[in-house]
Formats: sequence, structure tokens, C-alpha cells
Amino acid sequence: MSILTYILGWPLLAAVALVFVPRNYRVIIRAVAVLATFISMLLAVKMFCQFVTGHAGYQFEQQIPWVESLGISYHVGVDGLNVGLILMGAIVAFAAACCSFEIQSREKEFYILLLVMTGGILGAFASLDLFFFYFLHELALVPTFIMIGVWGRGERKNYATFQITLYLSIGALIALIGLIALYLQVPADLRTAGKIGFDIPKLTEFFRNNPMAGGAQNFIFPLLLLGFGILVSLWPFHTWAPLGYGSAPSPTAMLHAGVLKKFGLYGLIRIALPLMPQAAQHWMQILAWLCLGNILYVGWVAMRQRNLNLLIGNSSVAHMGFIFLGIASLNLIGVTGAVIIMIAHGFLAALSFGLSGYIYQQTGTLEMGELGGLARKLPFVGPALLMAALAGCGLPGFANFVGEVTVFFGAWKVFPVVTGLALWGALMISALYMLRAMRNVLHGPLPEKWSGIPDASNVWRKLPYALLLASLLVFGCFPRLLTEKITPDAEKIVKMVTENVGGLVAGDASSRGRESAPSKQSDSQRRLTSAATEPK
Amino acid sequence: MNASLLNLEIWVIALGLVLMLADFWMPLERKRFLGYAAAAALAMLLVTNLGVCATGTAFSGMFVEDGLAVFFKRFFLVAAILVLFMSVEFSDRLTAGISEYYSLIVFALSGMLFAASANNFAMLFVSIELITVTFYVLTSFQRGRLVSLEAGVKYLILGALSSAFMVYGIALVWGTTGKLNFNELASVASQFADNKIFLFGMVLVLAGLGFKIAAFPFQIWAPDVYQGAPTPTTAFLAVGSKAAGFVLLLRVLFTAIPSVTAHWANPLIIISGITILYGNLCAIPQQNLKRLLGYSSIAHAGYLLLGVAALSASGQAAILYYLSGYLFTVLGAFTVICLVMRHLDSENISALAGLNQRSPLLATTMTLAMVSLAGIPPLAGFFGKFLLLKAVIQQAQVTGNHGYYCLTFTALAGVVISLYYYGGVIRAIYWSKDAPADLSPIMLSGPAKVAIAICIAGMFWIGLFPNVMVNLANEAVKALAR
Repeated sequence: MSILTYILGWPLLAAVALVFVPRNYRVIIRAVAVLATFISMLLAVKMFCQFVTGHAGYQFEQQIPWVESLGISYHVGVDGLNVGLILMGAIVAFAAACCSFEIQSREKEFYILLLVMTGGILGAFASLDLFFFYFLHELALVPTFIMIGVWGRGERKNYATFQITLYLSIGALIALIGLIALYLQVPADLRTAGKIGFDIPKLTEFFRNNPMAGGAQNFIFPLLLLGFGILVSLWPFHTWAPLGYGSAPSPTAMLHAGVLKKFGLYGLIRIALPLMPQAAQHWMQILAWLCLGNILYVGWVAMRQRNLNLLIGNSSVAHMGFIFLGIASLNLIGVTGAVIIMIAHGFLAALSFGLSGYIYQQTGTLEMGELGGLARKLPFVGPALLMAALAGCGLPGFANFVGEVTVFFGAWKVFPVVTGLALWGALMISALYMLRAMRNVLHGPLPEKWSGIPDASNVWRKLPYALLLASLLVFGCFPRLLTEKITPDAEKIVKMVTENVGGLVAGDASSRGRESAPSKQSDSQRRLTSAATEPK
Repeated sequence: MNASLLNLEIWVIALGLVLMLADFWMPLERKRFLGYAAAAALAMLLVTNLGVCATGTAFSGMFVEDGLAVFFKRFFLVAAILVLFMSVEFSDRLTAGISEYYSLIVFALSGMLFAASANNFAMLFVSIELITVTFYVLTSFQRGRLVSLEAGVKYLILGALSSAFMVYGIALVWGTTGKLNFNELASVASQFADNKIFLFGMVLVLAGLGFKIAAFPFQIWAPDVYQGAPTPTTAFLAVGSKAAGFVLLLRVLFTAIPSVTAHWANPLIIISGITILYGNLCAIPQQNLKRLLGYSSIAHAGYLLLGVAALSASGQAAILYYLSGYLFTVLGAFTVICLVMRHLDSENISALAGLNQRSPLLATTMTLAMVSLAGIPPLAGFFGKFLLLKAVIQQAQVTGNHGYYCLTFTALAGVVISLYYYGGVIRAIYWSKDAPADLSPIMLSGPAKVAIAICIAGMFWIGLFPNVMVNLANEAVKALAR
């Protein structure tokens, strides 16, 4: 049994066990949930430490056939791209379970859903099987809806629940159609178990040697981009995110914004780019401009927010823009940076939503006009929130800075104009709304009614925030921990995208794999000629 | 003639007769327990039937026992057992004739068993009539309720009309080809592919079958009948009658006239797409839960027709898989309705308010059923929809027919719409706005718990371990291409 199976198995197993615990054993229910996520986190740390850097191929692999006639198997494994994501997911899940103090009704159902969600997310990132990759993500998505509906807050909770349900389902289903179409690109006799089937490494290998036809790429890639884009709140499909996060109970928002949302980005890097390089080259030009919508437009929207949670939600959408920019640059530095931001933003989003949830629990409001001067009353939570805000502005020392600066270095070579504008958004806009929000919430006169609110007093309350902050600082000060793992595998992906582009006109399949990477410009020229000569 | 092939049917009919006779001697207060006896007898038949895999034909090819027939017979037996459990719970709402109610269910079951084996137009018609006529009675069984009578009359009129269409169609087909047997027809059908009278006859036969499965444009009856009929009848109608329609449709399209069906991709795509949209769009404003499920059953007929429109073995296998998931899901939902709305006349969705406090088990079952109907993992509905979509996209790539892509996106739109109204049911259970009127706990009898446990286990088993069912379905549809 692979360690990955334990990492995602413990939460799911605990969820099943909780079904049989009577609902009035609240302490036990809570303890089981926290313990399961804690074990899963420890195992994830262990896995992260045992990961052999520079090892070719996947590690901690395990494969069990599931549906033989379709070639679906339970297949997990990690390489540099997802090892950090799984670690991040496990830490955030533990923090979310700790933060679930705020849930006071129907705890049993809540913790079951939380554990299912955790297992689903970690499984989706660990999965090397296309079907399970999707299946486990959907498994994690459903609890989100119910959690927002039942334990959500605010008057627009009902609307938010249905909006997020329908929006994300559309995205997921579009991506599903893309994935099925992708699977069907493999010849029929290779689709069964033991051949290629839904196996991601084998699919990658197959399409490296037999590039997909241009027409199929141009059909499937937009489906995946749109589907995954909706799931990641790509502008202009982002409107579900701020309201959804604003209405969600904070553990749900932490897990969804922190971890689950990264699924679409991971899918783009892992599947869409390497398998459909030709279409990727084409669409990345468009993606680069769309990501400006995330960075500038949504940043601008965030400036106008009066509610702390909506502000954090919008800023989280804005951060997705940097990741898209890194992916769009299609070079080693950019993609590595994108993966780092994915991890860093996971910690950051979880931290911000966790802290805002704490404030909401104590005050009953997150309207910034009503808050103020809380730093005096909250000597732990206040500074933690301030640090989260500074990390969000990209202050050096936090992991976000490392990721953002790497992305800009990577993207500058390819999209100088877009990068210039994005930099402006990163430096000016996010600093503006974040610092203004901190002034409103933490400083200034303290309204009389908040004079009695307590700080996070005991260790258990402080632990989740401290853990997330520590993770941000560790990866911010020692980014090599991540980069040296990510780079070799990011390089493989980038190589596949840039090498295979001219393939369809260059000649026979066998010589193509060994071609040295041609320069960017001749690449796009070739793409243009191939698009012109090839009937679609 | 190989009469031993009919063992199962003979036993089932005998059981129905015994149930009717038992009515004479059974004291009134014990009659309702006859349902458990009948369910136990059917369960025994199911278990003894599992090992038997005799194949062959009887009545000079009219009756065929092959993989497909065996698959559907097991399906119908499971459905009937669960419906009988539900009927026992429902019996306090039937003023008289509970044992007739059980025996009618068993007779309808025998009609479905014959339908699974029908290999001849005469057999097809007789089995359909056996199902439909028993359902006329089952639908209007609550004589005191106007809606029940209304449902019965509507079903009778439209059912009789569709039977008339079907007989007329069969007459035309027989008149032009001189064949009633599906296999014999298959060998000559290609010669008649341009014969207008033959095609007209086939269209009329398909119209009759379309009525059974509630496909557009023969879906009008479904919501009214679903709403008015006693809940166990509705459940059996939704599962058994629909599946019987599909097995006959598969046999007619792919065994009797495969050479003609091959040209019908576009009409099938259009019918499937419109059925999906009609069912889903009309379900949005519904307040009555059974009516909502009536529209949703139209939508599911549309999804199932995806597999028919795909014109491929993988599409047909997907239908079988989808139906088996649908069986447990729908019966689970109707069992909950039957238990929760015991003393209510309205059966509105709002009656579910507070259900999770009244009975967490029922609330969970209903939620799981809705989630499975919406097609969300890890429940049965997801993998079924996945297989159907896969079959359609596969056919799109093989044939290059862009209609299939349109159909895929139509199905996608349907699924998204359906999430809205299924989500509405879940909302009513957990966070409805109107305060629940009644918070008394719901007591469940032991057998009801067993039935619910079977439904939940079925939903999870088919969803989490699809391998067995996929292989069974793949084996079963091989019979079609003989």
C-alpha cells in the first residue's frame, strides 16, 4: 500500500466510521475528525520528506484495476508537481478541522462532509488516473454545496448555494466532456485495462509519440480550458467565488478556496498542456489577456468591498490571475512559479478565511464599517490577519512573494505588456485594498460593543493559524524546498508543449520526440503554417 | 418446445394466483403481511434463478431466453420485491383489497418478465398489454381519492390509444413483410428499408413503446399519473414499466430492424434531446414531489435514449447499467415518500421540512437518491451518465455526426438544470425557510429499514464498484447483435 492511499484513506475511513457514532457524542465526533486529518497531515509531511528529488517518473505509486473493460484503475503517485500540493492540502485540511469549532449544530453531518471533502481533494491531486482524477474532485465538490446551504451565513446564503452549485457543475461537466473526448482519442484496442485506458502517465507517453490531430486538439483543449477555468474562477467566469466564499462556513471556504480550487489549475498543467501542445500554444495568448481580468478587474472590484469576507474572496480570485499568467508563459520559470503560487495561495486563503471566520464568530459581522481597533483586543488573531494581508500583497519572506516574482520573471519574456500591467495590479491594487481593509478592521477607534471580545486563547485555537503562518514563512524563506522538486517535472511538461508543436508538419512521429527545443518564435510560425495548411 | 425456460414466469403467475386465493382465508388484519410473503417468495425465485443460465427459445422463437432477458428478469424481480415492501407500508391507505393489490403487482411483474423475453411482435403486444392493463387498476386503486381515479382514467385513455397505434403498426409491418418474429424480420428488413408502409408501421410501433418509456412526444401522461397513483404503483411504473419499454425498444431497434435503425440516428438524437430538455425544464416549477419525479422520469428517459441514439453496443450496455442504478435510486426516493407522507394528502416538497430531525435515515436516503439522480459521484447515477455520455461522444468521433455533439451538450444542460430542482428537494429537507409543521419522529418498521438499506447499498455498490455491473451489461447486450 502506498503512503498516498493512507493519506487520502484516513479521512474517508473516518467519515465512514462517523456514520455509526451517535449524534450526541460531540466530543468524540470532533476528536475523530481532527485526529484523522492530523494523521493524514503527518503522513503527508513524511511523504514530502521522503520524496526523492530528481527521480525520474512517479513515486509512491500504487495501482488497482477498477473497471477493466474501460481501463479505469485506482492509480496514485506523486511527482514534483503534486507533492507540494498534497502536503498543502493535508495541512489545510487539518487546520480546517481545527477551525470547525464554530459549527454548533448538526456536528456529525458537518464533520462527515468535511472528511469526505478532504479525502476527495487529496485523492484528486494524488490520482494518476484520469477518471479518478475527476471522480474524486466531484466527490469533494458535493459536500461544499450542502455545507454552504446548511451551515452557511448571511441573507444570500440560499442564492449563493445554488449559484455555486450550478456554476461549478457546468464547469465540471464541460471538463468531463473534454476528458471523455480525450480518452476516446486513444485507439479502441488500447482502451482496456493494462493498455492505456485512463492512465495519465501512459496517455502522456502515448500522445508524446503520436500527437493528437489538430482538429481534435482544437476541440478538446477549449473544453478543458473553459471547464477548468470556471472551476478556478477565471475571469469572466469568476462571479460565483466571492459570494460563495462569503456565505460558506469558514472551514469550507478554507478547503475550497485553498485546495479544491487548485484542481483546475493542476488539471491544466498536468493534462491539457502536455497532451494538446498545439492548441495550448494558441490558447495561451488568449489566457494571458484573460488573466489580466482576474488581476486588474477583480482587484478593482475588491477595492470596493465593504465586507471582509467578500474582499478576501475577490482577492483570492485576483491571485488566480498570477497562476494563469505563469501557466500561459509556457516556460520553465513561469510554470514553476505557477505551482509555487498554487501552494502558497492555498495556505494564504485558508489562513485568511480561518481568521475572518474567527472574527465573524466573535462579532457576528464582517462589515468593515462596523469593525475597528480589533488589534488591541486580539493580540494573536489581529497580527496574524495583518501578516496574511501582507503575504497577500506579496511581501518578501512569505511564499507568495517567491511564486509571484518567479511568475513575473517567466512571463516577462513572453508577454511583456501583460506582465507590466499585472505587476501594477500585484503591487498597487492588492496593497491598496489589503492595507485599507487592515486599517478598517484592526486599527482606529474600537467600537464600544467589541470591547469584550476574547482572543484565541488556548493552544488548540491558535494551532491552525500558527501552522498555516509557519508554512507560509517556511516556504517563503526556503523556496528551494519546493523549486528543486517542481523544476524537473515542470521542465518535462514545458518540453512536451514546446517540442511537439511543429510536429504535425515536421514529419514522422519517431523523429519528433528527439528534436531539440526550437525557439519560441519559429514555433508559433510553424503553428501558423500548420494551421493554414491543415484542413480542420 | 422447451417449456422449462418458462419456469420463472410460471412460478410468478402461480404466486399471483395464490395471493388472490389467500384473500379468501386470511383474516383481515393479517392480510397486509401477505406482501412480505410475496416478497420472500420472489426473493427465493431470484436466488434460485441466479444460478440457472439456460438459454434457448420456446414457442417457435416467440419467447427467447438469452443474456439480455436474464439481466432484465433479475432487474424486474428486484424491483418487484422492493415495491412489495413499499406496498406493505402503504397498505393502511388502501381501504380494501390489499391482497389484490399485491397480486396485481405480481401479475404486472409477470408481464415484464415476458416482455424481457419477447422476440415476436405478438409476444411484444401481449406482454405490454399484460403490464398496462394491470397498471390501469393499480393506478386507480385508491378509489376514494379523486386524483387517483383521474390518473387511472388518463392512463387508461392514453394507454389504450397507444396500444391501438401499436396494433395498427404491427398489422402494417406484418402486412408488408409477412414476418412477426424479430430474427426473421431482421433478415428481410433491409429489403423494406424504403417501403413507406413498412416504415409507417414501425414508427407506430415505436410510438407505442415511446408511450411506455414516456419519451417526447408521448410523455404527457407521466406527471399526472405519477402524481395521482398510489406511491408504490408510481414507483413500479417508474422503474419496471420504463425498463420493460426499454428492453422491448432495444429488441425492436437492434434485433428486428438493425438495418433500418442505422438510418435513424438523427431522429433519435432529436427525440432524446427534446425529452431531456422537456423533462428537466418542466420539473423546475413543481411543488408536488411525485409530480417532480414524474418530470424527472421523463428527463431520465431522455438520458436513456442517449444510449439508444448512440447506435452502438457500448450505448446499449450503458442503458442497462443506468437502469440498474436508477432502480435503487428511484425506489429509495419513493420509499421515503411513502413513509414520510403517510398522513398527508398533498405530497408537497415542503412536507419534507425538518425531515432530518424526524428521521435522519430517511433524510439521508432522500438526499442520496437526489444526488444519485443528479448524477454526482460516488453514487450510481454518475457512472451511468458517464457511460452514456462516453457512448455518445464515441459515436460522434466514429461517425463525425455533429448532432451527437449537440446532444452531448443538451444532456449537459439538462444535468445542470436538474441540479437546481434536486437541490431544491435537499434544501427542503435541511434548510427550508418555512418552519416544519410536524416534528414528531417517524417510526420505521424493520422491513422498511431493510428495504431502505438495500436501496442505499445498491446506490453505493453500483456507483463504487461498477466493474461487475459493467461486465454484466456488456455480456447482456451481446444477445442483441445475434
